[in-house]
Amino acid sequence: MAKVLMKGNEAIAEAAVRAGCRFFAGYPITPQNEIPEYLSWRLPEVGGTFVQGESEVASVNMVYGAAASGCRAMTSSSGPGISLKAEGISYLAGTQLPAVICNISRGGPGLGSIQPAQQDYLQATKALGHGGFKLMVFTPATLQEAVDITYKAWDYAERDRNPVMILMDGCLGSIMEQVELPEMKEPDRTHTDKWSLNRPADSTRGDRVLTPYFPEALLELQNTSRARMYERWAKNDVQVEEFMLDDAEYVVVAYGIASRSAKEAILNLRKEGYKLGMIRPITVNPFPKASFEKLDYSRVKGIIDIELAIPAQMHDDIELQVKGRAPIYEYCRSGGVLFDDDGIYAAVKKICDGGAK
Amino acid sequence: MLSINETLCKGCGYCIKYCPKAILEMGSERNKKGYFFPHLTDAEKCIACAMCATICPEGAIELTEKEGE
Amino acid sequence: MAVYKRPDTLKKTPSGFCPGCMHSLATKLIAEVVDEMGQHKNCVHIVPVGCATLNLVYWGGDVLGAAHGRAPAVATGFKRSNPDRLVFAYQGDGDCAAIGLAEIMNAANRGENITVIFFNNQTYGMTGGQMAPTTLIGQKTTTTRYGRDPETTGYPLRMCELLATLEAPAFIARYPLTTPKGCRDAKKAIRKGFDIQMAGKGFSFIELLGNCPTNWGLTPLQTLDYMETNTIPYFVPGVYKDKFKDGVK
Repeated sequence: MAKVLMKGNEAIAEAAVRAGCRFFAGYPITPQNEIPEYLSWRLPEVGGTFVQGESEVASVNMVYGAAASGCRAMTSSSGPGISLKAEGISYLAGTQLPAVICNISRGGPGLGSIQPAQQDYLQATKALGHGGFKLMVFTPATLQEAVDITYKAWDYAERDRNPVMILMDGCLGSIMEQVELPEMKEPDRTHTDKWSLNRPADSTRGDRVLTPYFPEALLELQNTSRARMYERWAKNDVQVEEFMLDDAEYVVVAYGIASRSAKEAILNLRKEGYKLGMIRPITVNPFPKASFEKLDYSRVKGIIDIELAIPAQMHDDIELQVKGRAPIYEYCRSGGVLFDDDGIYAAVKKICDGGAK
Repeated sequence: MLSINETLCKGCGYCIKYCPKAILEMGSERNKKGYFFPHLTDAEKCIACAMCATICPEGAIELTEKEGE
Repeated sequence: MAVYKRPDTLKKTPSGFCPGCMHSLATKLIAEVVDEMGQHKNCVHIVPVGCATLNLVYWGGDVLGAAHGRAPAVATGFKRSNPDRLVFAYQGDGDCAAIGLAEIMNAANRGENITVIFFNNQTYGMTGGQMAPTTLIGQKTTTTRYGRDPETTGYPLRMCELLATLEAPAFIARYPLTTPKGCRDAKKAIRKGFDIQMAGKGFSFIELLGNCPTNWGLTPLQTLDYMETNTIPYFVPGVYKDKFKDGVK
């Protein structure tokens, strides 16, 4: 299939349509506006529905309603709006409904800035709402990867009956790249009869109650089964790119847009003889633990956490895997300030030269 | 024929208040939940207006036509 | 032949509502309409947060639990992606008139093809009787111990009047559940709202004036007198908007 030049947000939107998404509700917030804008005209073309909600809260609850009807549904937002969606995301998880939530993140906290950042990592991986639940969180680094992940997102969501998060940033959302778009998918909907309130004419199912409210004992059982699901993710669903690790003495850990700047620096420093490699989580939840176990710590002199977040948010996850076997360094920018080639090059070089604490 | 499902009744007394023939009366027995429930004092006088059944919050009162009517 | 039969759309077990609670009565009336329309299998009851959450186990058809105040948004999402179903949201006064004011106003303003049944009993029942946006002036609650004071807490919010200012809604009405006549009027209004929805003609809002014997500290029969004297004069019953005065079809 021919490649097309597309903006990140629009590429995600088109991939969602091709994945069979037929409902979108959202509220304007920079830097994700092209997603609702695109879907406002695109979804009606394929018989889908676009609603501009009165708030992020209402939008995620509309998605909850659409998902409960058995429809592939999606909402998108950015940091402050994702905070508002926390209630609805918790309800989706509690009611065990599939949906896709896209965070095109920006600087924070508070209103923060509208410039790209990676400051919602902890929110995305640890607590997207009350009650202690988890989502699979994907962090694409290229637009092609974003398209491919979006295209498959509902397959995971429906397999697990749990929402899925796509965590990008305003930079990837705004840049244009060549992407190869997948075929229009006509997903099988017959299974919706088993878990949603969809009731086709020939359905024989009894009346169904869908709610995140349970008697205590049942709720404990459900939470236990969800905990097992999280363990299955860790075993089966990790996605990671391991880049030039075979002889690496310093291992960069970076995801999304940060990994692209980091990769550039690694390639440049390799030319100067620095033995650098990178672990790039594509899923940050489940976190790629095995990649850290495979490292030869008799050779690895340091781990370098590179993020667009101050304080670094992935640091604790890395530390849990490294288990003190190598020192962990950081190079971070924040608040919407991006890496520049010279800055990241110099910082990594300094760490390798032993000049960083 | 008026029938009162005593298991569903919670003894609010709305049916008694609105019976135009004043033939419903709270009993002295309690149901399993501990509520008093009403009974008909004179079934012959019931005009099947369904006032009692309409206002019964629990749907505890049902009415069927008398045989032969 | 049955003159009056308990609706099949209710579970056969007793409701979880307190004695004399009109939530129970409202639910029964809605179930009767659903039965009459033959919509048991096609109906979706969006259950809110509050006492009406008890309908999760009392309602006989499909049920979807919504977050506090969000029932109109949830109903919007469901109905838009499954337009043939009969979708109604049931909301209490805290749910509808306080935390969910944005959702109800905007769903009504979009003219969503759904029905919202609003149960106004002037208190937060499930949480123990705090002041609601609809609590009457002078009414004592656990957060207005000396009676609601308009100087600091404003005035009881009239939802029908508020929504009737909008262009889009098709039908808005309010009835008290204090008498058999009020119940019959309420039932007719619910039927009209559902008929409008099934004809694809837009948004309907039916407010039911109810009680809370437990938190008002009154017996069920005393609440009827209280409502006649206090509630009904402030929340005047009647039709506030009707685009289908001559019928729906």
